[in-house]
Amino acid sequence: MLILECPYCGVKADETELSAGGEAHLKRFGPGADDESFEGYLFARENPKGVHFERWRHSYGCGKWFHAARNTATLEVYGTYPAQVSVPPKDILKTISAAVPGWRWRDLG
Amino acid sequence: MKRYSVFAVAREALRHHTGWERAWRSPAPKRRYDVVIVGAGGHGLATAYYLGKNFGITNVAVIEKGWLGGGNTGRNTTIIRSNYLQDASAAIYEKARSLYETMSQDLNYNVMFSPRGVMMLAQTQHEVRGYKRTAHANLLQGVATEFISPARVKELVPIIHLEGPRYPVLGALWQPRGGTARHDAVAWGYARACSAMGMDIIQQCEVTGVRTENGQVRGVETTKGAIDCAKLGIVVAGHSSVLAQMAGFRLPIESLALQALVSEPIKPCMDVVVMANTVHGYMSQSDKGEMVIGGGTDGFNNYTQRGSFHHIEETVRALIETFPMISRLKMLRQWGGIVDMTGDRSPILSKTPLEGCFVNCGWGTGGFKAIPGSGWAMAELMATGASPLAAEFSLSRFREGRFIDESVAAGVAH
Ligand SMILES: Cc1cc2nc3c(=O)[nH]c(=O)nc-3n(C[C@H](O)[C@H](O)[C@H](O)COP(=O)(O)OP(=O)(O)OC[C@H]3O[C@@H](n4cnc5c(N)ncnc54)[C@H](O)[C@@H]3O)c2cc1C
Ligand SMILES: [Zn+2]
Repeated sequence: MLILECPYCGVKADETELSAGGEAHLKRFGPGADDESFEGYLFARENPKGVHFERWRHSYGCGKWFHAARNTATLEVYGTYPAQVSVPPKDILKTISAAVPGWRWRDLG
Repeated sequence: MKRYSVFAVAREALRHHTGWERAWRSPAPKRRYDVVIVGAGGHGLATAYYLGKNFGITNVAVIEKGWLGGGNTGRNTTIIRSNYLQDASAAIYEKARSLYETMSQDLNYNVMFSPRGVMMLAQTQHEVRGYKRTAHANLLQGVATEFISPARVKELVPIIHLEGPRYPVLGALWQPRGGTARHDAVAWGYARACSAMGMDIIQQCEVTGVRTENGQVRGVETTKGAIDCAKLGIVVAGHSSVLAQMAGFRLPIESLALQALVSEPIKPCMDVVVMANTVHGYMSQSDKGEMVIGGGTDGFNNYTQRGSFHHIEETVRALIETFPMISRLKMLRQWGGIVDMTGDRSPILSKTPLEGCFVNCGWGTGGFKAIPGSGWAMAELMATGASPLAAEFSLSRFREGRFIDESVAAGVAH
């Protein structure tokens, strides 16, 4: 059972209380963007085997969106952080580097 | 390769089974092949098989990081059907279903294809309308299905409870020539036939890199050394994004865990496959007597082949209302596989941005049934550069907005 701590209400919620919201920190493209950027935004995904950043929602709790840093190969959780940022916080990146030396995710790592 | 036959069984019975050959060779990799296929699941092996059989291309290696058939091909619940709505899907799945009919004879390997009939229950008015529409579409596509009444459902499945308060059975989409087959035997049968054509199946060998030159594929790096090739087929289901990254492009794919379970074996009680998509559950009975049960995928990206227990609980809880008798059964075992889900839930058979490199993936929760049709189309695509069956499933559809939107591989609909 996956357990994530909601950064807003502090509840350690198991996955039945949460909804997965897909890959985090996507750059949004809208009208006027070229086809390739739009396709990339809508469909192309990192889907890494290893360190991953995702959006989650505390659906059956406070209802708010947040971010999680996880490992899809080990199911380890490195931390959660609020939704209002476009890059993961420094302390989480440090935790990841300690756990997975040489990790990469897009231009992070 | 010696043929399997009733005479072979008799002969071996008389000499204590000392004369059986290994079903396939396990050679060391050569330096170079015309075609390298990554992934010895059903789709990779079928691709190799039809490259040889239909196009005479036999200088082929199939490279597998574990053991052949150990991925989703050996983990699925073996449902075979072709009652899809869109023409492109109906065409490739019906091609596959029809190849299953003669696969045992074709491969000289008993894959135990059992066209026992697949029934998809309509448990809401919305589903009734949807399945009637599918039945009409199937009529035009030449796929034999019909919409049947609750009384007929009960006749075919006596253990079903029609009047569930939440999920009454209002009818069903019935495909009498759908069914099941032995999943391992499909992989083994293709492997044996490929090996007999002179192809190399290299197990315990992981592809760790893709070598390119001027946008053209040159070969792969593996744990058993570098191997050159003129053409590369990536057929690795849940690991497609990992291989794509090695080849320098991204795919519209997310990898999720999908689980299934079997009960303790019981006497024969249900001789068709029943799917209940509203409650995300489906069930059939294996030849050993186990009730084989599956449900929906877990919600988040996962490469561990382990799913969450509450999904099993949800699936079983929902099915118990429609099949009250299973409430007393013990679960014997449970397992998971990593399925490759695309943006429109339809598969991808395509060229890629890397010249000479092709992908066959995105079969998600429902690709066992497609193995022979997919191999047929993929072989044609790799050999000739185009295949009518594969055309609509190209990667470019995501850029062009030509989705094949029918939840072919959606959470539950196997
Ligand atoms: C629980 C469950 C139930 C299912 N039920 C059904 C069903 O009832 N009906 C149906 O039609 N479908 C079903 N499916 C879906 C079906 O199993 C798959 O779509 C199908 O088996 C995919 O076959 P494949 O050959 O593409 O992949 P796989 O069989 O997974 O083969 C891919 C292979 O690639 C190998 N590989 C990966 N990375 C590398 C690498 N770097 N180097 C070398 N090799 C590599 C893997 O080890 C693996 O053996 C189910 C799936 C699951 C998990
Ligand atoms: Zn919360």
